[in-house]
Amino acid sequence: MSIRISQIDKRYGRTRALEPIDLDIHDGELIGLLGPSGSGKTTLLRIVAGLEQADGGSIHFGDRDVTRVHVRDRRIGFVFQHYALFRHMTVFDNVAFGLTAMPRARRPSSGEIRGRVMQLLEMVRLQDFAQRFPAQLSGGQQQRVSLARALALQPDVLLLDEPFGALDAKVRQELRRWLRHLHEELHFTSLFVTHDQEEALELSDRVVVMSNGRVEQIATPDTLYRQPANQFVFEFLGDVNRLEGDVEDEVLTCGDARVAVPGVENGRQELLLRPHEIWLGEQPDARAHLPVSVTAVVPVGAEVRLELEADWLGEPWLATIGHAEFERLDVKRGKRLFAQPSRLHRFDTPRPQTLAPLATS
Amino acid sequence: MIRIGDAPRVRRLLIGAALALTALFLLLPLVAIFAQALMSGIDVYWQNLSSVYTLSAIGLTLLVAAITVPVNLVFGVFLAWLVTRFDFPGRRLLQTLIDIPFAVSPVVAGLVYLLLYGRNGWLGGWLDAHDIQIMFAWPGIVLVTLFVTCPFVARELIPLMQTQGSREEEAAVTLGASGWTIFRRVTLPNIRHALLYGVILTNARAVGEFGAVSVVAGAIRGQTNTLPLQVEQLYQDYNTVGAFTSASLLALLALLTLAAKAALEWRAARRETAT
Repeated sequence: MSIRISQIDKRYGRTRALEPIDLDIHDGELIGLLGPSGSGKTTLLRIVAGLEQADGGSIHFGDRDVTRVHVRDRRIGFVFQHYALFRHMTVFDNVAFGLTAMPRARRPSSGEIRGRVMQLLEMVRLQDFAQRFPAQLSGGQQQRVSLARALALQPDVLLLDEPFGALDAKVRQELRRWLRHLHEELHFTSLFVTHDQEEALELSDRVVVMSNGRVEQIATPDTLYRQPANQFVFEFLGDVNRLEGDVEDEVLTCGDARVAVPGVENGRQELLLRPHEIWLGEQPDARAHLPVSVTAVVPVGAEVRLELEADWLGEPWLATIGHAEFERLDVKRGKRLFAQPSRLHRFDTPRPQTLAPLATS
Repeated sequence: MIRIGDAPRVRRLLIGAALALTALFLLLPLVAIFAQALMSGIDVYWQNLSSVYTLSAIGLTLLVAAITVPVNLVFGVFLAWLVTRFDFPGRRLLQTLIDIPFAVSPVVAGLVYLLLYGRNGWLGGWLDAHDIQIMFAWPGIVLVTLFVTCPFVARELIPLMQTQGSREEEAAVTLGASGWTIFRRVTLPNIRHALLYGVILTNARAVGEFGAVSVVAGAIRGQTNTLPLQVEQLYQDYNTVGAFTSASLLALLALLTLAAKAALEWRAARRETAT
């Protein structure tokens, strides 16, 4: 079922929680709403669910206008951040709730309910836990129960509010992959809220980046990372290093550091680069003279994270390099190296611009 | 693990002190009531108990409780639901207003009702013209008791419902449940202990209220005397045994209530471990 959100806005007293927002979600799509806290993403999700009323605009599920339809009749499944399981009911009763709460005329027989619930519990691999209470389950298990409960009524759309936010990293990773598979299998249209960029990029077909009640960009994870629409999106999607200085004749100078910036006009400029867009060498070259010293070395999985400091830097840079590179340069704390940006990004221009200083000469 | 007061001697001292105080302040008076009531033998006790006036007082007291408890149960749940689940202008004011019966002396409450509903009161004239008697009759007693006990249930529920939040109810509504189903199957099971406790407090106060009731009852023997009023009246008449006989009934009611609470809690605990 597709979802069409048009001109939805919301105020709380005098503060504007949502600017008028438009969003089209295709049938079977998995969309992530990504943003910092207070960006309005949860408000938007709750408005789509009907748990909150918008001040203006409309919401359609397929051809059905649900703007004025009560939550209980919207046919949505909702998964809450802290699971919101019924604490006094068993896992079985939790999952069965939506079916047993139906008016008698439409309610399936208890045998049918039993079959359905067990099938759902099997799907979330909790069939052996049917008679447990929520308090006897781990966080990850509780969230799976919550998902089974939301899917029990075969909702048109599935809405998830920070579904994995309260879980530890490993379980989160597992559940994400599992949700992805489930989605591929069942093809429900789904909208989820997260503040974790990795989660949004890994799960979503498309990501909606929000801040201050506005949509900053709607794009596939790939596009989002490579062509961020503005500085906010760029900074929100990963670690960012800053390079500020005066440009003259396409060379940026800052203290004793300088780097070629082809095509950049004269004046004070701010350029941004990602940790993996820094190359390190023992010698400066004609295009870049950026002396730095290593102040911290943290090997994380496949890469090594280095903290770099220099007089000409306001705040330290973060660089990531491969292990081979790390060994070749024999990096230690206190080692002096020269940085070379492979890419530089600008956002103060009308359109975002990416420079590749090393490729140009 | 070392806790303060963990030394055996300190611990014995503290436990001993606690037990001694409990015995002195709680247990001893309770024993004294029954001892006094049975001072002149079981026959006299029985005679006092079965006097017309005592029976009438028992009847009236039970009637007041039978009306007050259900009314305040419904009212308290409704109020707590309103205050914790909705945001509306005047919500804080309402929360403060709930506490008025706690803050005001019951005697003052009685006087206010007298002023409103008495023959010369604001509403009294109209009531009198329609031949409705509220003051110096059981409806007046019920009214002031309702007033005095109305915060008990709500006050027990509000903090609990605030900490529990409305997430479970939201979950239920997204699953298509109607308002009544949500209340019955989600809200009520979560608040039942606090609700039970609120009911017990309400009942204890409804049965035992003296100040407010004494103002509006008019102390007509055999008609508007509740048990606490009866105790006081008999005591003023130097009928100590009679006074303590009625007092023992009140104490018995209290014990029964506590026993009922314990039994319900025990049953609930057993059911939970069984499943």
